[in-house]
Amino acid sequence: MVNKTWFDICAEQDLTLDSGVCALFDDEQVAIFKCSGDEDLFAISNFDPIGEANVLSRGIVGSIGEKRVVSSPLFKQHFCLKTGECLEEADMNLKTYDIRSHQGTIQLSHKAVG
Amino acid sequence: MNQQIVNKQDRKRVVVIGNGMVGHRFIENLVDANDANQYEIVTFSEEPRLAYDRVQLSSYFTGSTAEDLSLTSEANYTANNVNYTLSDKVVSIDRTAKTYCTEKGLTESYDVLVLATGSFPFVPPIPGNDQQHCHVYRTIDDLDAITASAQDSKTGVVVGGGLLGLEAANALKELQLDTHIVEFAPRLMAVQLDEGGGNLLRRKIERLGLTIHTEKATENIQPGENHRYRMNFADGSHLETDMIVFSAGIRPQDELAKQCDLTMGERGGIVVDNQCKTSDPNIYAVGECALWEGRIYGLVAPGYQMAKVAAAQIAGHQDEFTGADMSTKLKLLGVDVASIGDAHGQTEGCQSFIYQDDLNQIYKRLIISKSGKKLLGVVLVGETENYGPLLQIMLNGIKLPNKPESLILPDSDGSGGGIGVEALPDAAQICSCYDVSKGQIGSAVENGCMNLGDIKTATEASTGCGGCAALVKQVVDNKLASLGIEVNNDICEHFAYSRQELADIIRVKEVKTFSDLLTSHGKGFGCEICKPAVGSILASYWNEHILKSDHLPLQDTNDVFLANMQKDGTYSVIPRIPGGEITPEKLIVIGEVAKEFSLYTKITGGQRIDLFGAQMHELPLIWKKLIDAGFETGHAYGKALRTVKSCVGSTWCRFGVQDSVGEAIRIEERYRGLRSPHKLKMAVSGCTRECAEAQSKDVGIIATEKGWNLFVCGNGGMRPRHADLFATDIDTATLIRYIDRFLMFYVRTADRLQRTSVWLENLDGGLEYLKQVIIEDSLGICGELEAEMTSLVDTYECEWKATIEDEQKLKRFNHFINADNKDSNVIFVSERDQKRPATKDERSKLEGVAN
Repeated sequence: MVNKTWFDICAEQDLTLDSGVCALFDDEQVAIFKCSGDEDLFAISNFDPIGEANVLSRGIVGSIGEKRVVSSPLFKQHFCLKTGECLEEADMNLKTYDIRSHQGTIQLSHKAVG
Repeated sequence: MNQQIVNKQDRKRVVVIGNGMVGHRFIENLVDANDANQYEIVTFSEEPRLAYDRVQLSSYFTGSTAEDLSLTSEANYTANNVNYTLSDKVVSIDRTAKTYCTEKGLTESYDVLVLATGSFPFVPPIPGNDQQHCHVYRTIDDLDAITASAQDSKTGVVVGGGLLGLEAANALKELQLDTHIVEFAPRLMAVQLDEGGGNLLRRKIERLGLTIHTEKATENIQPGENHRYRMNFADGSHLETDMIVFSAGIRPQDELAKQCDLTMGERGGIVVDNQCKTSDPNIYAVGECALWEGRIYGLVAPGYQMAKVAAAQIAGHQDEFTGADMSTKLKLLGVDVASIGDAHGQTEGCQSFIYQDDLNQIYKRLIISKSGKKLLGVVLVGETENYGPLLQIMLNGIKLPNKPESLILPDSDGSGGGIGVEALPDAAQICSCYDVSKGQIGSAVENGCMNLGDIKTATEASTGCGGCAALVKQVVDNKLASLGIEVNNDICEHFAYSRQELADIIRVKEVKTFSDLLTSHGKGFGCEICKPAVGSILASYWNEHILKSDHLPLQDTNDVFLANMQKDGTYSVIPRIPGGEITPEKLIVIGEVAKEFSLYTKITGGQRIDLFGAQMHELPLIWKKLIDAGFETGHAYGKALRTVKSCVGSTWCRFGVQDSVGEAIRIEERYRGLRSPHKLKMAVSGCTRECAEAQSKDVGIIATEKGWNLFVCGNGGMRPRHADLFATDIDTATLIRYIDRFLMFYVRTADRLQRTSVWLENLDGGLEYLKQVIIEDSLGICGELEAEMTSLVDTYECEWKATIEDEQKLKRFNHFINADNKDSNVIFVSERDQKRPATKDERSKLEGVAN
């Protein structure tokens, strides 16, 4: 198995619980969220495909049923933090990223293809 | 005589003589039926204005203007092709030629005539009744004349102690006169009330400082010694006064019908049949000029029914007038009075229950049939809460409960007095102003209406006098229950509580964070609905900086970055400009900041300046400069007080009577930063011309000679609502006290994102209830409300000032957490010498060039 490459983004303590920030990763804008609960770190594309602006890191996080979601600050659609799917518009899917906290540093990595 | 009279082919020319409330309602009904433009509608008003609300006439003395009272407008008539003539009246009708002539010499033809000439006030034939300061009480011009006389009068007399007489007495009292009522009968409102009710009403009115003289017949009016006139009574006594208002009943205005030989009643009135037709099949008569089965109906509701019937007949539909109920409920001089059916107990063999409470000044009487099964009449003075259900029991002949007295006894066992709306038949009329039945309300509920506000929009029920609001709500709740629909007020899936319930929990249990509330009362992780709502409640009660890390995740992005997000993810910035007053120096600073950061600038509707196109990292830099120049945040991003708009007022304006700018600034500075269920807008006008448009605001203040008139719960925008007059001629301290209480009560009880207008419409008891809570402190909470507001005012801080002074908070204002780059997706183009976001097309072209 090929070793996964992780990139340092910021210190974990720079994140505020239950809110998001935007990171520049490999020339892509990534919205990073640190949430309450067992599974706490999420990374999805920052680009809202419906409002067509880079704003998702500025949305309010929460849950709809069992799914952890962020609500777009522009038109309030919900995007699943884990899968990137839009709960209201099925054909809108966001790219997701792997994220971890490694020795106090938040790191991102591209999802393995396939 | 017959000049060039051109009739447009087949169009029927319908001419309505008289443009009072009933004539206007007839026109409204016919306009609705005029979908094919088959009628040419023409109306004449002898007054210089179109129809207005005569029922609310006395509010003219408590701040309403002629415009407030008007029921329509010239623009509205023009838009509906209603051809109107003001200040002219029809003086003769030629029924053979089907033409009429007006006082100003117009001769025209008609196909159908509708006589809606109304009535005129009866002035008893007393020698001396025609002097300069003797008036009647019927039109706005009459009110102007009464006001003019009152200017140099100390004492005023109303002749007539009936319903209209008491209204007139209220007017004189409002005009600060020493007011007397002279009545021929042994008691007040002799038509509607029995002896017990009339006596209590008299005591209550006397307590207000009015003097009542009953069983007095005026013989003549002569010059007085200490006052202008001396009224000499038949019993030898006399009364001196400076002015007199006659309000001793009405007579049908039927001259025109007499002139053209229509069948008349013996004592006047134009005889009509069930179709509201006169003896000439092409002429109808409606309202107070019409005599049906020997009766003249002096109330507006039966007039409206006649208008509806006549319009239906002309349009070829079947409808009949079969009499009207004269039951009535009203507030006279602040006293609640109601009378239903046979209030005097004149039905043979009838029996009574009487409840009298001298301590609380309440009198109630039930008149029931000999068998004890049917309700025949009711008198209520001092408390009229059960009027609606009692009226329905009487009208629908519903069988009385075993102990009929329970209907008027105080509700000691909590059973609600035993009146259930489920007993009413579908045909029962719930709203008499707009003739809405229980069945119609039920259908509206079946079609999706869930609350009183929805019902008002769908059926017009309760949008007239509003007296049926409580009953309508009961019908709605009952219908929802019967449909098995549970009224779910839960704010979202995370909390099984309404916003109001959450507010109570937070206040009573002193909850300080969202996570504590979620643990104790909710489930899941929250969402974009409950989080900002709870954030707002926490801010309303505890007033901590909203960017404290506990609260930050609760806020919408606008609150997080203290600016308004626009479509491209950039923000707009609005500094506070209290009352819209700004120095040239400060204006220059705004200009300089806009220039430096290349911001698009626009003047807002709230008298301030909006700066668009700021990127997140620029916000603290912009605010540093604004704060250094003495600006503070304008809270345009928050559910909070936006602006207090003002006109220049007495400082500059020739017409101003108070310093509206100064007051607007004081008010804006008092309530700035207050977090509420929705945004709040206010305005202060310096005189009745109302240039600040205060009556479209949540809180509107209009200067008067004596102080301020306070209006509440107005709205502009998508769903305009004219604000309601709440208090008149109050001083500044009282004004602030009422606004403090009003705002905190709204913050406590409104739903999430509910503007004050919708909140009021859904408030049980409506405006009257709100007045009781705020003015009379009926809930005993005003002390608390004021203390809460004082604490908020004392702990106010400018959120932007606190933010730029805090390194930790400033960290958030970077687009990327790990780079200093800007968002490359934000692209502007230039238009009219300013920047704006590029459109999709422009964007792809620009990107094409760049590549």
